[in-house]
Amino acid sequence: MTTPTLRRTPLHGEHLSLRGRMTPFAGWDMPIQYSGIVEEHRAVRTGAGLFDVSHMLRADVRGPAAAAVLRRALTYNVGALPIGGAHYALLCEPDGGIRDDAFVYRLAAEEYLFIGNASNADADLERLRTLARPGAELRPHADSAMFALQGPRALEIGRRLGSPEIAALPLRGCARGTVAGYAAFLARTGYTGEDGYEIVVAAEHAVPVWRALLSAGASPIGLGARDTLRLEAALPLYGNDIDRTTNPYEAGLGWVVDFDDGDAADFIGRDALLALKNAPFARTLVCLRAEERGVMRHGHPVLHNGQAVGIVTSGTFSPTLEVSIGMAYVPPAQSEPGARLEVDVRGKRLPVRVVPRPFYRRERTG
Amino acid sequence: MSVPDTLRYTNEHEWVRLDADDTGVIGITAHAQDQLGDIVFVELPAPGDRVTQFEKFGEVESVKAVSDLFSPVSGEVVEVNAALTDQPELVNGSPYEKGWLLRLRLSDTAELDKLMSAPDYDRFVQEELGD
Repeated sequence: MTTPTLRRTPLHGEHLSLRGRMTPFAGWDMPIQYSGIVEEHRAVRTGAGLFDVSHMLRADVRGPAAAAVLRRALTYNVGALPIGGAHYALLCEPDGGIRDDAFVYRLAAEEYLFIGNASNADADLERLRTLARPGAELRPHADSAMFALQGPRALEIGRRLGSPEIAALPLRGCARGTVAGYAAFLARTGYTGEDGYEIVVAAEHAVPVWRALLSAGASPIGLGARDTLRLEAALPLYGNDIDRTTNPYEAGLGWVVDFDDGDAADFIGRDALLALKNAPFARTLVCLRAEERGVMRHGHPVLHNGQAVGIVTSGTFSPTLEVSIGMAYVPPAQSEPGARLEVDVRGKRLPVRVVPRPFYRRERTG
Repeated sequence: MSVPDTLRYTNEHEWVRLDADDTGVIGITAHAQDQLGDIVFVELPAPGDRVTQFEKFGEVESVKAVSDLFSPVSGEVVEVNAALTDQPELVNGSPYEKGWLLRLRLSDTAELDKLMSAPDYDRFVQEELGD
């Protein structure tokens, strides 16, 4: 039996010493949990959680043509991004299918950071390399680590350990500064529905920064709770809720597709997406909440009057709502909040109701 | 992970304890609950239902996944742990005591001979973890 060698983040040894339970994820050996998914989930909702997300793709795109290359790759107009800003974006196929979802950060006029999914790192880099031209330097990180510090206490911890730049970050802002004395890229973004930061440091500084953030009161959080947290916030997961067979409009991501820059909006998939934008939807991604005991999971059929009308793309037990929640593509006629459907959970019918997106929204404290 | 000496075990990680009145209590092992993680629902038969050795009798659902339950012995259900309806996490916190699943009237105590002793089960788990 041959097992492909799994990649390890600079924090792999830390995960083992914290007794993290390791699992293969997109080619990486990653912690799925430490103390337990529910306890970790609650730590992020009530305190502060620290995630190793070094498996994600990070690539610097720099130079006078950087914005043009990214604009061609992304549905979002990166040229409109202010310096020190960040935005969610999609890479699409010529037919409008979603190749990946990403975050783009603008650190300077000609300096961007692209962050994509680990599972799509090769597809993203292939796309960006195909579009490369003189004046745009593409540099994937081979020697950095990335953390997410999330939760109601994340700002306080970040401000205590970070340089003044971190305290000055607005929502979806980014800047260079330091954390625990080490040079860091700082951003006020995340994937949990909480406020907090994403932080990139040199691989050689990953361990001391990780330890400093834990000492300051953050709990280590694995991929298991990352999934329950993002699903409560109704944030799509590539490979589950969106993929090459789904388009941004049916996924509720039309707000990331930007045609406003006119002729400059010549991104891959533009023509197909313009047509899709003006066409009626065949299906739409909705949030489902179970009305009884039972847990809907990825792949379970969704029924209306006994007829299969869709598929659950993500499903789990919500530690916050203490009931099963999920997302599914259903026909427009069944997509309004309040609509009653059933999910076929291994032959048993679980009554569910379409609810407004998201399931969980944090209280904003300013 | 604890493996009490007084119980017999299946290779599907259930245990059974034979009591003096010839009824038996069954549950899942500490190792099983640890692998499942946070348990959120337990689906069990009702008193009067019959279960068969090594056949499925219910399901246990954790945040991560669902898992079938296989009975260590055959018999008739005489009692169900009602506390699990509201507190399924008892199976995580106390798999051999408060987190028991069913009390059965055993059909054939000779079936116990087909189960593993505590040392055998402990070895079995170690081998499984070593894979």
